[in-house]
Amino acid sequence: MEIKLTSPIEKSRLSELRAGDMVSISGTIYTARDAAHKRMEEALSSGKDLPFDIKGNIIYYMGPSPAREGQVIGSAGPTTASRMDKYTPKLLDLGLAAMIGKGKRTPEVHEAIIRNGAVYFAAIGGAGALLSKCIKECEVIAYEDLGTEAIRKLRVEDFPCIVVIDSTGEDLYLK
Amino acid sequence: MREIKVSEITDKIKNMCIDVNLNLSDDMRSALKEASQEEDSELGKHILKQLEKNLEIASSENIPICQDTGMAVIFLEIGQDVHLTGGSLEAAINEGVRQGYTEGYLRKSVVSDPLIRKNTGDNTPAVIHEKIVDGDKIKITLAPKGFGSENMSRVFMLKPAEGIEGVKNAVLTAVKDAGPNACPPMVVGVGIGGDFEKCAILAKLALTRKVNESSEIQYVAELEEELKEKINNTGIGPGGLGGKTTCLAVNINTYPTHIAGLPVAVNICCHVNRHISCIV
Ligand code: SF4
Repeated sequence: MEIKLTSPIEKSRLSELRAGDMVSISGTIYTARDAAHKRMEEALSSGKDLPFDIKGNIIYYMGPSPAREGQVIGSAGPTTASRMDKYTPKLLDLGLAAMIGKGKRTPEVHEAIIRNGAVYFAAIGGAGALLSKCIKECEVIAYEDLGTEAIRKLRVEDFPCIVVIDSTGEDLYLK
Repeated sequence: MREIKVSEITDKIKNMCIDVNLNLSDDMRSALKEASQEEDSELGKHILKQLEKNLEIASSENIPICQDTGMAVIFLEIGQDVHLTGGSLEAAINEGVRQGYTEGYLRKSVVSDPLIRKNTGDNTPAVIHEKIVDGDKIKITLAPKGFGSENMSRVFMLKPAEGIEGVKNAVLTAVKDAGPNACPPMVVGVGIGGDFEKCAILAKLALTRKVNESSEIQYVAELEEELKEKINNTGIGPGGLGGKTTCLAVNINTYPTHIAGLPVAVNICCHVNRHISCIV
């Protein structure tokens, strides 16, 4: 059975989710991958604001292929989350509600997830054509020079994910 | 001496880049289909069915199968009776990649320097492996490689005394470490023998062999079968979320080696194992 979620999302809603739950997300989510995380980290350490308010929001680790004419976005599946592990605890402590990616996370990320009542979702890796169908709007909002790695604001409808690490720290990959 | 214009190579590579990122080869398609019929895990089956649907959408709507359209890896077998004309072969290859990735709306995933990390904007340069062979033709094989799985690949310099059991352990170690990061079900390319770099190239080349074709060496074919079974018994499953479909195939290439060594490379690929060949 699929649980419907809307984003931005309340932590109380996230606390109801358990590792293994299938969810579908509608609303606004933001993309960021390696280079955007590095820039956000640099912004934070020099006392600047992040390019969007991450409180209650979801980051999707994804860098799309270019859209053809008439398409909202190109292929748009998840990238490996572990490359963002170095930056993630800080973002969670600042209020990031959830992340969508694929693959394992470090113990530090697990702890930060528990500490903040956050959630880590996986989307199906290598299903970028299929997942692109759930993306209805796409706008680059920061770091445009990074190309595919720029931060994009997406409006998604029924975007399918699986809860991998829930807010209690239970990890579906380790089950 | 047969003359081949390098511009012909550019055109071929351009079209191959686009085609290979939209259409998975028939052997890969059938392997995925078969796996989705046989998978026992409900979630695993669901994921495999979604992957089949993804392939249909990619082909019919011209959306790349995966957003990571890879770094272009190119194997060339150049006949020694070929005379290439009209410019530099390397430039012609990169021009094909540039045109293919730009005109095909493919992702540009290459940075010009590994540490300075500025995107080259056109997915060049390619990684090119050339081999001079007999004859007057050129065989081009293109295998764009995604890095979710590439990052989980390994080279092990084993001792000869570790033997075949050492090889099995090396492969299983790499696969278990890769787990969900490599977008399972995987295809596992293995190179045994040669030296440090030769085994890695053998492993990459093994990924371009059809998943339903076994090694011609009998003990190697048996090793491929045994490793496939062992990998599928790890329970990693589709998407790393459990099940018996962890790999679609293990393809092994071997080469003579030094009396003191047993190099083993494990090149992990995801279910988007793209490769295409043509002969000029
Ligand atoms: S590992 Fe393969 S399927 Fe997964 S994101 Fe990379 S290229 Fe795509």
